[in-house]
Amino acid sequence: MQLVKDKEIVNDTWRYVPEDADLGEGDITVSLARWKSDQQSLLNHKGKVGLRLLPSDGVDSIVDDLDNIQLIELEFPDFADGRLFSHAWLLRSRYNYHKEIRAIGHYIPDQVFYLSRVGVNAFLPAKSSDLPFVLANLNDFTVKYQNSVN
Amino acid sequence: MYQYTETDQTLVDERVAQFKRQTEQYLKGELTEDQFRALRLRNGLYVQTHAPLLRVAGPYGLLNSKQVRKLAYIARHYDKNYCHFTTRQNIQFNWPKLELVPEILAELASVQMHAIQTSGNCMRNTTTDHLAGVCVDEIEDPRPYCEIIRQWTTLHPEFDYLPRKFKIAVSGALHDRAATQFHDIGLHLVKNDAGEIGFRVLVGGGLGRTPIIGQVIKPFLEKKHLLSYLEAILRIYNLFGRRDNKYKARIKILVKESGLDHFSDRVEKEWLLLRDANELSAERIEAMKLEFTPPAYDLDAASDTSFEAHKAANKAFATWVDHNTAAHKVPGYKAVFLSLKAPDSPPGDMTDVQLDAVADLSDQYSFGEVRVTHRQNLILADIKQADLLALWQQLDSLKLATPNIGTATDMICCPGLDFCSLANAGSIGIAKEINEALDDMDYIHDIGDIKINMSGCMNGCAHQSVGHIGILGVDKKGAEWYQITLGGSSENTAAIGERLGPSVAKDQITRAIVDILDVYIKNRLEDESFLDMVNRVGITPFKEQVYATS
Ligand code: SF4
Repeated sequence: MQLVKDKEIVNDTWRYVPEDADLGEGDITVSLARWKSDQQSLLNHKGKVGLRLLPSDGVDSIVDDLDNIQLIELEFPDFADGRLFSHAWLLRSRYNYHKEIRAIGHYIPDQVFYLSRVGVNAFLPAKSSDLPFVLANLNDFTVKYQNSVN
Repeated sequence: MYQYTETDQTLVDERVAQFKRQTEQYLKGELTEDQFRALRLRNGLYVQTHAPLLRVAGPYGLLNSKQVRKLAYIARHYDKNYCHFTTRQNIQFNWPKLELVPEILAELASVQMHAIQTSGNCMRNTTTDHLAGVCVDEIEDPRPYCEIIRQWTTLHPEFDYLPRKFKIAVSGALHDRAATQFHDIGLHLVKNDAGEIGFRVLVGGGLGRTPIIGQVIKPFLEKKHLLSYLEAILRIYNLFGRRDNKYKARIKILVKESGLDHFSDRVEKEWLLLRDANELSAERIEAMKLEFTPPAYDLDAASDTSFEAHKAANKAFATWVDHNTAAHKVPGYKAVFLSLKAPDSPPGDMTDVQLDAVADLSDQYSFGEVRVTHRQNLILADIKQADLLALWQQLDSLKLATPNIGTATDMICCPGLDFCSLANAGSIGIAKEINEALDDMDYIHDIGDIKINMSGCMNGCAHQSVGHIGILGVDKKGAEWYQITLGGSSENTAAIGERLGPSVAKDQITRAIVDILDVYIKNRLEDESFLDMVNRVGITPFKEQVYATS
């Protein structure tokens, strides 16, 4: 699988580990529930560990863990759920999270300009044929009216 | 009036290009209905019963003559020669072709206009007092703040996918003409004890299905904190507003369900974290004020004597002046209302010919500016009294001088069953019937100040719940029925109308309204307005009359 990261198409090296599956090896992401319940084995995991957040997951609850989280995936169950835009903003602006924030799930390429402005720097589109649209739409606007992350 | 900078122009041009691409993708099947729906709504495009409907933003109700001519051009080339003005100071076209909408948006961009965020679950066009800058009861001109808010809300990356639509209104006068108590956020410019001007902030007001009067969340907000405070409210709403039920998704429900105290605590906490890094500089405010400096008024305008003479000699002219003009802060000037409520035309509609003519009149008499009111009329805000007679004559020949502003036939009316796919009942036809029943101007003037608002369904686009008389179309076993409320108001003493009783059938609604007006005429005290009487006696006498006859 490929994704757009920092405006370039790159290969995805991460794997999501479902709720009760073995962690396995390599770079993995887990749900917030798993992160909270299985933290010790995750901290011992060989390979990087990331977190997959849903709109209903409060960002406040992971503030103290951010140093140990190498990637945050924001998963859109529905493109119209705008909470993840605030999550990204909070992670970057308030909690100074500097690693990769990635949009995944059911957002649309037309939203990537806004997402990049609130601090999302990587985009895994629902279908790989959307990759060129994601790249193009990151440049939808050359001007802006308000402060945000970017 | 604000003129676009290069940034503003680039932004609307890029938005047109973006929507052109999105429309093409949709027509090629690359975007689903749902996806395109969200995108087109954010560009003002609805799909209605007969055709798409395009809602164009009238930024806080202010247009210049060039823009009005462009609206005429669009009406002529892309629509059936007319457009419709809404209660939120916007402009609607009822018959554009979907594939031509990007082209229409490009036309609009060429005169510094757009349709961005005029629908969809996002921050909408900011509205204000239609007499801003000219009224006699102003604390401060709200328009510079409206433009600052317009820019802040436009393409805000974080708040474009809110739980539900979000509307902000600003008032700068003692008398609230912008219905700030019925907006998601209402901002009222006020003076504090120290003599400083700031904002009283209201939150959680709204009309629609569950009308609620906004509550004060901040009695006095310093101007420099305007945007940080808005941001705090929006972030809390975006994160915590309900998304499980669209009828409970407005901020008013969040405020109600969490309680004002708890809601304000959250906002306050958020705001304190933002406040200091996001101040609105005094320079920015001053620079914006310069965009709204008063035009070059003739300081000698009041020395004219012809105006009084014409009034004395011409009763029709005097009546029009009485009803269709408002006091102006500059001596010798008046603000003139153009009534879009001629008896035989749908409320708020205007033809391309009228639009072009009004553009010319504004150039000739009113510094080239036109305003849209909250009751679907227009205003030429800066007319010298010496010019009033000539202007009246020309407006009269354009059918824009019906002397009914603020009266029973100055109804607000949504498109209803004729155009709207959500409607339960017709509204334009009923407005016409009521007009025909009230064809005696003297009688209408005798009734005096009254606001009749009529919506074709619960969504309440015509704000029936705050009409002195509200009429709401309901569906009863497939037939059109109407529910009546009395005593609503969107002004300073905000109130939601009380239901009169069971809904009435279509062939009875006009008679019921006439009955209500008769009860008022027979029972009012001297100089008592309709609303005052309803507040004094309650709904019973009206109820008895309306249901006795049926
Ligand atoms: S009130 Fe209802 S019928 Fe009227 S325009 Fe709004 S949605 Fe349509």
